Amino acid sequence: MRPIYPFSAIVGQDEMKLALLASAVDPSIGGVLVFGDRGTGKSTAVRALAVLLPAMKTVVGCRYHCAPGSNGAMCSECHERANQGRLKTQLVPVPVVDLPLGATEDRVVGALDLERALSQGVKAFEPGLLARANRGFLYVDEVNLLEDHLVDLLLDVAASGENVVEREGLSIRHPARFVLIGTGNPEEGELRPQLLDRFGLSVEVKTPTELELRVEVVRRRDQFERDPPVFIEKWKAADDALRRDVVAAKARLNAVEVPDAARERAAKLCMSLGTDGLRGELTLVRAARALAALDKKSRVEDTHLRRAAPSALRHRLRRDPLDEAGSTIRVERATADLFGP
Amino acid sequence: MTSVTAGAGPEHDAALVACLFAVDPGGFGGVSVRSGCGPGVDRFVKLLHRLLPAGAPFRRMPLQVADGRLLGGLDLAATLQAGRPVLERGLLADADGGCLVLPMAERLPLALAARLCAVLDNKEVIVERDGFACRHATRIAVIALDEGYGDDERPPAALLDRLAFHLNFEAAHRGEVQDLPFDADQIEAARARLSAVMAGDAVLKAFCQAAAAIGVASVRAPFFATRVACVHAALAGRERVSDADAVVASRLVLAPRATMRPAPPAPEESHEDSDDRDQQQNPPENNSLNQEAGNGESDAANNGKLDDVVLESVRAAIPAHLLAQLEVPAAARRSSAASGRAGAQRQSALRGRPAGTRSGELKAGTRLNIVETLRAAAPWQKLRRQQSRSERVHVRRDDFRIKRFKHRSETATVFVVDASGSSALHRLAEAKGAVELMLADCYVRRDRVALIAFRGGAADLILPPTRSLARAKRSLCALPGGGGTPVASALDAAAALADGLRRKGFTPTIVMLTDGRANVARDGNGGREQAEADARASARMLRVAGLASLVIDISRQPHPSAEQLAADMGARYLPLPNADARTLLRAVQAVTAQTAAA
Repeated sequence: MRPIYPFSAIVGQDEMKLALLASAVDPSIGGVLVFGDRGTGKSTAVRALAVLLPAMKTVVGCRYHCAPGSNGAMCSECHERANQGRLKTQLVPVPVVDLPLGATEDRVVGALDLERALSQGVKAFEPGLLARANRGFLYVDEVNLLEDHLVDLLLDVAASGENVVEREGLSIRHPARFVLIGTGNPEEGELRPQLLDRFGLSVEVKTPTELELRVEVVRRRDQFERDPPVFIEKWKAADDALRRDVVAAKARLNAVEVPDAARERAAKLCMSLGTDGLRGELTLVRAARALAALDKKSRVEDTHLRRAAPSALRHRLRRDPLDEAGSTIRVERATADLFGP
Repeated sequence: MTSVTAGAGPEHDAALVACLFAVDPGGFGGVSVRSGCGPGVDRFVKLLHRLLPAGAPFRRMPLQVADGRLLGGLDLAATLQAGRPVLERGLLADADGGCLVLPMAERLPLALAARLCAVLDNKEVIVERDGFACRHATRIAVIALDEGYGDDERPPAALLDRLAFHLNFEAAHRGEVQDLPFDADQIEAARARLSAVMAGDAVLKAFCQAAAAIGVASVRAPFFATRVACVHAALAGRERVSDADAVVASRLVLAPRATMRPAPPAPEESHEDSDDRDQQQNPPENNSLNQEAGNGESDAANNGKLDDVVLESVRAAIPAHLLAQLEVPAAARRSSAASGRAGAQRQSALRGRPAGTRSGELKAGTRLNIVETLRAAAPWQKLRRQQSRSERVHVRRDDFRIKRFKHRSETATVFVVDASGSSALHRLAEAKGAVELMLADCYVRRDRVALIAFRGGAADLILPPTRSLARAKRSLCALPGGGGTPVASALDAAAALADGLRRKGFTPTIVMLTDGRANVARDGNGGREQAEADARASARMLRVAGLASLVIDISRQPHPSAEQLAADMGARYLPLPNADARTLLRAVQAVTAQTAAA
């Protein structure tokens, strides 16, 4: 396994880091899309997040990492075993699965296990990437270059939370709930709006303009490339602290109160921006709640809504190319109108 | 043993890059070499090969390489023989520890570039194909041979960003490489010394500052410059990066990436320094000559000066042709780009480039991909033979793999907008609006849009063909207007662009927004008569080329000359007084839809 750049060593890019952390605290926010210039450390951040995630409890031997006790969301095998008796559980790292460009459909959805079929004559299902990503993260680098038929597939599964396989004489369905993380460069093509909408949060990253920050980025990168283990060791304490924060925030999340006033403000903001559907409001409130949990607060305050609003809403605005202002500015304008400067 | 020889011409740089590259190929991402094809490039590539550590793989990647061959997948022959699935390693994994040569990199599709970039970033190939899931550690360097003409033919920017060295053999020389500044032993010694070489903060800061000054946003540029400086120091036998190393690195890595001219140095500052630092006035390579190996460490007192020295060396090294590009607005330069090149123009009935296969039913209008079908069937042969007790090859319906083609209606719309005279602003604004609306709407159809504006003496390519709304917005934000009406130049530029697009497999449509009253001739001089004659000649050329086109007159009172121009072009004529962006878009879409269907 190649060494991974520590999350806490990433210079700047606060919005991206916060969005990723928020989605780690509350997976139901629904994924993060990171769009931005070349060389801004988009994929570095996503890969670094994997190391940061706390372990999760799963059923021993389940290929879909089912959570014990979650009746609705278990695979059929776990259901059966649960009915027969108690399930054994274990702690495993939260999966962060790469969906590389050039992956074939059979590997994404899963297919018949050739080895077993040939050697033992057993018709067994070999789970694909979607199964491996269940309850974890599915990461697509250069998401705007993903082939259309794979995008369709992802859309379908991300919406239903379930992967249905009907091929090679197999008929299998298994849970596939994952946080979709995509990165890309808008200059290489736009994303289909259906896919855009599947991402809870979207972040635009830019190269830092301050000289000091840029020097720091280059310095740390150089140190890392030179001697990865030493560099990782140096940032281990910071990463550990961050991990504890995520764990604590996860535990606190359900107790964080969302006052009616906050919901009302979120709704007002979405109305004034004219976002389609309710997904924007829902995501905004959830993201604000995750931020409040990370802030160790017991209730959602205006600052959380304000901080969450750009990421939660900027990709949901009705596209009006004739409006010169970018969507980020439109969201900021609307928040300033609502919350005051 | 001088570390750097004088006379840092392009020939010298090529030799120097070869030495630097040889020390740590995988650490640099690679080299891009822009040149016409010829013996020079071949010699350079051979040189790179020769300098690599013994036994390092050196592979060539054809542009049309399939995913299976590139990334790895099922090995058909071995699978059939063994009766069980056998994995074949791909080209990328095979090149681990060595180089991948990429001929015709300017034609590299974005999707392929993205696969290369992923490997350069992650240093591993992730295979999720044909029932295999595995990872191969892959540390490679890419040698991209860029044989593009003109400025629109370049390797994908995402790839270039990840290659440390950008060489240009085009203008100055044909790639004759001079004597190497370092010998094989020095390179070997540098490999051993490299990990101990450090660059001071002053050097990092100077690189970042210089990169910002020449408009390079990506952090990879200063990072690569740091790597190059370290390697250069290692070659010279130093353990700490000296100013001389920094100067060389900034010249090699930063200068070729310049997107803007650095602001001239603040006069008072450079004045203060000039006493104790005469060399600064000299060209930077001489400066580096004066520094003895091992004693050129940059101490803290020198910090401010190092920034200037580095920036100065970058300024001096920005290639002349790049400077010219930075001066000339976007592309009046492209007119000569595509003339007289022959090539495969169109493919047969099922047009479009093959884009992989997928499993599916054999229906009318689909084509079976026999090899992929066999590949799918291969692992099962042993089992199926046992079941049916016959020795035939068993192919079942589940095995069918259907060829997929890229959308055959991939269209490209070239807007040619009259930005001259009084109505320019209005016309430009609406055309701009139409372009953006079109792009906002085109994710499904994957259309491309380009915009040429003509005014004064020439036609400029404001927006090269793109489907990125972000890019369009950036290019279109400042469009000048006013001046004469060079219709002929505009038509020529449009024809050249459309021709190039057609070669790339698009269906181009030219949409011209003008009142048709030409008053600037092709040679840039005024004179209505000559201008109109030239315009008509160019218009007829367009008709001969068989390009679908549309002339829209959006002036208040449509003028017969626009209709005449349309007739000459063989274009549809559409007077649309007071048209706004949306009306324009509808008109254009009606025409492109017909063209695509034709």
